[in-house]
Amino acid sequence: MSADPQAAAPAAGRLASERRGGGLVRRFAQGDLASLRVVVGLAVIWIVFQIQNDRFLSAVNLTNLMLQITATGLISVGVVYVLLLGEIDLSVGAVSGLAAAVMAVFNVKHGWSPYLAVVAGVLTGTAIGLVQGALFTRFGIPSFVVTLAGLLAWQGALLYVLGETGTINLTNPKLTGLANTFYAPDVGWIMALVVIGAYAAGTLGAWRHRLSAGLAHQQVGGMVVRLAVVAVAVLAVVAILNSDRGVPLAVLILIAFVAGMQYVASRTRFGRHVFAVGGNAEAARRAGIRVEHIRVAVFTIAGSMAAIGGILAASRLLAVNQSSGGSDLLLLAIAGPVIAGTSLFGGRGSVWSALLGALVIGSISNGMDLLALESSVKFMVTGAVLLAAVIIDAIARRQRQAAGRV
Amino acid sequence: MSANGALLALRGVTKRFGPVQALGGIDFEVHRGEVVGLVGDNGAGKSTLVKTISGIYEPDEGEFFFEGEPVTIAGPNDATALGIATVYQDLALCDNLDVVANLFLGTELIAPGPAGLTRQLNETTMEHRSHELLDQLAVSIPSVRAEVGTMSGGQRQQVAVARSLLGEPKVVLLDEPTAALGVAQTAQVLELIKRLRERGLGVVVISHNLADVFEVTDRIFVLRLGRPAGDFDVRGTTQEQVVAAITGAQFGGQEGRDGAVRGDGQGDAPEGPR
Repeated sequence: MSADPQAAAPAAGRLASERRGGGLVRRFAQGDLASLRVVVGLAVIWIVFQIQNDRFLSAVNLTNLMLQITATGLISVGVVYVLLLGEIDLSVGAVSGLAAAVMAVFNVKHGWSPYLAVVAGVLTGTAIGLVQGALFTRFGIPSFVVTLAGLLAWQGALLYVLGETGTINLTNPKLTGLANTFYAPDVGWIMALVVIGAYAAGTLGAWRHRLSAGLAHQQVGGMVVRLAVVAVAVLAVVAILNSDRGVPLAVLILIAFVAGMQYVASRTRFGRHVFAVGGNAEAARRAGIRVEHIRVAVFTIAGSMAAIGGILAASRLLAVNQSSGGSDLLLLAIAGPVIAGTSLFGGRGSVWSALLGALVIGSISNGMDLLALESSVKFMVTGAVLLAAVIIDAIARRQRQAAGRV
Repeated sequence: MSANGALLALRGVTKRFGPVQALGGIDFEVHRGEVVGLVGDNGAGKSTLVKTISGIYEPDEGEFFFEGEPVTIAGPNDATALGIATVYQDLALCDNLDVVANLFLGTELIAPGPAGLTRQLNETTMEHRSHELLDQLAVSIPSVRAEVGTMSGGQRQQVAVARSLLGEPKVVLLDEPTAALGVAQTAQVLELIKRLRERGLGVVVISHNLADVFEVTDRIFVLRLGRPAGDFDVRGTTQEQVVAAITGAQFGGQEGRDGAVRGDGQGDAPEGPR
C-alpha cells in the first residue's frame, strides 16, 4: 500500500471505466440531486410570480431580492453546519440581533472604529456559540434546549445592550456601506471573469489530477457542459445586477462565505469529520475523531455566522432596534437549508443549500410583497412551502430505502 | 512463561466485574497466518475476551505477550499501536459517507503543498489506495465513491474489515462477521478472512455459526462460563465435539485422543467451573 499513484495503475484500471454518477432520473427521484430539484422549484416560483407581476424579474427587483436574502443566507450558512451534525440552533436569530447591537453600541455610543466594532460584534457571536456548544457537549443537554434558553437570554441581552433608547441608528459610512455599496459595471465583469476562471481552473485541475492518477474521471463533454452552465449563470447574474445598480458588496460577502464554507465542509478534514459525526457519532468516536471538539466548533461557527448575518441586516436597516434578529428570521434561516435539501437528521446536505434556500424563501416573500398580499398569507404560504419541501425529502428518503439503500 | 512463537499470547488472564468472574485462567494464543475461531454460548465470555485483547477492558490478572515480548494493553490505543485491529459487530461505519471516506475515517490523508494548510483532503491518493487495498482483498463493491449506506450487509462487512487493515495490523479480531448475512454474502466474507490469513495476519473470529467456523478457521477455542473449555485443531475434530465443549456435556476419552483437546495443564473441558 504505497502512496505512489503509479504503483497500482493496473488495480485502478479495473475501475477506470466506472462512471461517476449515472442514472440521472433515478438519482433525481431518490433525492441525490436535491439542488437540481430546488433550482427547478425556484424556476417555477419565478415564472408564476412573473406571470402575476411583470416587474418580478426586472433587474431592480432581482437586485432587491439578492439584498433581502443576504442576512438570512449568512445565518443559514452556520445553520447548515449545525444541521449536518443532526443538531439544531434556535438562538441564531437572537444572536444576530445581539451581535449587531454590540457593534452599534461600540461604534455609536463609544466611538470605536467601525472595523473594531464589527470585530466585537462577530466575536460576540463566536463567544456565544462557543458557550452554547460547550454547555451542549459538557452536560449532554439537547442542543434544542440549550439554544432555546439562549434564544430567550440573548433577546434579553439585546434589550439590555440597547438601553433605554431601544434603537441605535447607524451613520458610519463603513458600516452602512456593507449593505449599500454597489460596484461599477467594469468591476462586476472583472469579478465574473475571475470567478469563472477560478472555477474552470479548479475543475480542470481536479480532472487532470484524477486522470494522471488513473482514477475514474468525468467525461470531457459533461465537464464542458458544467463549465458552460456555470459561466453563463455567473455572467447572467452580473449582467442583471449591472443593468441596475451594479454588483452589491453584500452579495459578494454572502457568496464568498457560502463558497468558502462549502469548501471547508466538502474538501477539508474538519468538514469530513462534521459529516461523520452527523452520520454516526459512535463510529466517528471509535475512528479517533474528537466528537466533542467538532460539536463545539460547529456551534461556534453557527454563532459567528449569525453575528455576521446580523451585522449585514443592521447595515441594510441602517439601525439596530429591539426587534432586530426577531420575528421570523430564525425560522426562515433554518427553513431555507431544509427546503434546499439539507437533512434535519444530520450527515446530508451542502452549504449551497443556505444560498438556494434563502433564494427560494426570499423569492416567495418578495413576490408576495409585489402582489401586495397580507403578511398572514405570506406566513401560511411560506409554511406550506417548507412542509412541501420536507415531504419531498421524506419521499426521497423512502425511495432510497425502497431501492435497497439504507 | 514464553510465548512459543505466537504472535499474540495471553497467559492466565482473568477479568471480574464486581463479584462476577467474566473470564478466568484464559491461555489464548494466535499465530501468524492462523485463523482462530472463538466460540461459546451466550455469556461465555467471548466478547469480554475480545474487548480485553482490544484494550477496552483491562484484565485483573494475567500476562500479554506480543511477538514474544511481554506487553501491557491499558487502552484501545495501546492495542492499535501494537497492531491489533478490531471489527465490531455493528461495524461502526458512517452510512452517509462513501467507501473512501469510511476507509480513511480518522486517518485522512492531507493534500501536499499550500492546500494542506487548510487541511484539505488528498482525495486522489486516498481513492487510489482504496482501490489498491480492495483489489488486494478482492472485495467487490459497486464503486468506492458509493455511499456505504447503499450497500449490502456483506459489502459493508468487507468494507469494515478492509478499513481495519489500513493501519497495517498484525492481528485482526472479528466480532460475528457473518451474523445476519445471506449465504452468498457469508461466502464472500469467509473468502475475505482466508485472504487475511494468506497475508500472514493472525485472525480471531467470534461466531455462533459452527459451519462458518469449521469452514474458515484452523483452530477453535471454546469458552464456557468464562473459562477455557477446549482448544481444537479443526482437522480431526467434529462439530459434535465442539458443541459438547460449548454446552459442557461430558464426552469420554478425549484426553487420549490425538489433538482433539490440547491438554496443556489447565482449563480443559472436563474440569468444569470451579
